[in-house]
Amino acid sequence: MAAFRSTENYIASRDLEVAVNAAIALQRPLLVKGEPGTGKTVLAHEVAKSLGYRLIDWHIKSTTKAQHGLYEYDAVSRLRDGQLGDPRVHDISNYIIRGKLWEAFESPEPVVVLIDEIDKADIEFPNDLLLELDRMQFYVYETRQTIVAKQRPIVIITSNNEKELPDAFLRRCFFHYIRFPDRETMERIVQAHYPDLRKDLVREALNVFFQIREVPGLKKKPATSELLDWLKLLMVEDLPPEALRAKEGKLIIPPLYGALLKNEQDVHLFERLAFLSRRAGA
Amino acid sequence: MFATFILALRQAGLPVSLTEYLTLLGAMKARVAEYDLNDFYYLSRATLVKDERHLDRFDRVFGEVFKGLERPPGEPAGEIPEEWLRLIAEKVLTPEEMAKIEALGGFEKLMETLRQRLAEQKERHQGGSKWIGTGGTSPFGAYGYNPEGVRIGQHESRHRRAVKVWDKREFRDLDDDVEIGTRNMKIALRRLRRFAREGAATELDMPGTIRSTAHNAGTLDLRMVPERRNAVKVLLLLDIGGSMDDHVRISSELFSAARSEFKHLEYYYFHNCPYERLWRSNRRRRDETVPTVEVLRTYGPDYKLIFVGDASMSPYEITQVGGSVEHWNEESGRAWLERLTSHFRRSAWLNPVPQDFWGHTQSIGMVNEIMEGRMFPLTLRGLDDMAHELVR
Repeated sequence: MAAFRSTENYIASRDLEVAVNAAIALQRPLLVKGEPGTGKTVLAHEVAKSLGYRLIDWHIKSTTKAQHGLYEYDAVSRLRDGQLGDPRVHDISNYIIRGKLWEAFESPEPVVVLIDEIDKADIEFPNDLLLELDRMQFYVYETRQTIVAKQRPIVIITSNNEKELPDAFLRRCFFHYIRFPDRETMERIVQAHYPDLRKDLVREALNVFFQIREVPGLKKKPATSELLDWLKLLMVEDLPPEALRAKEGKLIIPPLYGALLKNEQDVHLFERLAFLSRRAGA
Repeated sequence: MFATFILALRQAGLPVSLTEYLTLLGAMKARVAEYDLNDFYYLSRATLVKDERHLDRFDRVFGEVFKGLERPPGEPAGEIPEEWLRLIAEKVLTPEEMAKIEALGGFEKLMETLRQRLAEQKERHQGGSKWIGTGGTSPFGAYGYNPEGVRIGQHESRHRRAVKVWDKREFRDLDDDVEIGTRNMKIALRRLRRFAREGAATELDMPGTIRSTAHNAGTLDLRMVPERRNAVKVLLLLDIGGSMDDHVRISSELFSAARSEFKHLEYYYFHNCPYERLWRSNRRRRDETVPTVEVLRTYGPDYKLIFVGDASMSPYEITQVGGSVEHWNEESGRAWLERLTSHFRRSAWLNPVPQDFWGHTQSIGMVNEIMEGRMFPLTLRGLDDMAHELVR
């Protein structure tokens, strides 16, 4: 049986590996939640890569309907073709546009399907996909055929918790909550992304980073992806580690903080705290 | 095979069903976790827990069932109300200060003292060095510092020193045992929907196209219509601060539910009772206020006005000129409430205070009278009733 392990550019914790492998073994969807920027979407890419399967990416928007993933019937082109006397008009299947799930079900080799940010869609969206994800089949009314998955695809669903998902849907999934990595794991992740980064710079940067995460009341705490962006900027600017070093327990405003704090209220709060902390030290 | 485990989980209030149990057995059979307790733990967690709020409770049950861990015998039975523990501020101590704090005796003593404190303490507490609360240096509570502290109501160890994580946290249950969640609220608010086609024509009008194509003797004539949208307009006025602090969570849930449900949602804040000024951002309420008359001018009578507030205040704040606790008001709260309710055709008041207690506060009765009985409790039932009232 194919199994998923950490790769050199994606560090997965053991519990995540077990959850992915359980989903692969039992061929059920895996629901992944976690803070934004902790690698939910990247997970699907890495699972596909490590198993050598093709990835089919279905990105959900607020207007996406469950039917879009299955198929759409293009009545307008058929009407037009009928007017112009195109012979294709006699076969309705010419006007059935296949969706991402159909594509995945039809594929002769197993694939990984990523249903990204399912919570963006309408509140009924997950309910509409219950049967399709459970049985991995659906019925096309226009052509009266049933599409059954040739190989049950590995389905990975990500959610940002903007909407709560219905119980019936959750029953059918494995669930994993990606916790924010601890310092040790974080160092491995940084190592995986920037192998030639100086050790002391990483240490200082992580100090500052975890200090910022500890600041109470931040609207959006910086996550892994922000840290990686910030490190990249630090490398480009070629800043010395000293620039990041804080005096004993005091907050400093880190250089290039725009990569870490994405919200003007957070920047504001942070500046105020740093000011207070400086004044307390003086 | 793991029936005891499943039953223990259900007893702890985790919504585990037979389906998930069978899935777990299936995964065991497929040898996802082989002879490794850690892997089995991860596997059962991925199978049986579907919500990060339950993770903590799951860990506890797992520990009890599989390691034969007993519940600590000395656990006091008192409930710790959530609001005591809500994080408001965190005290940051210097190493010198930390060194000064002396740990209380041993573990036994700690538990003994906690039991006593729980019995003695009657109010919420924050800071200080004795009572249970937040941000203090007492050994009991959260977000504070004491080298031998017992942590109560804190997700993870802040200073990584707590002797024991307090797990029987009654207030935690509030998180998910609430009957009213954002999802439920949305379903209730859906009653308020009224679909209408407005704006740019972006959708194909099938019946219209067929009709006009037939008129054209078969030559295709496409007809477009605007997308069907929820045309209900809602103006939300939220009470904030003071006695509303107890209801912040439910109010913010309502707010986020409403925000994603209505396309036209406007909101303003007030304190206790609306007067001549409202504000949009609570942080800058001192300098950025909007005159209430301007709000009345901006939003037409077709907006549905919903107040959210506990209406618990001194009766003078409603009836008297100058009765406001914060400023000198030229006109009484009653005058402003009446002005607002008469401008908007439909209005209602949602009250997070349980309906049984309404009789105990005089001002609730007065506001309800001004609202002509359109005050509803902030529960699913209340939301439903309110929606009925507003679409009538």
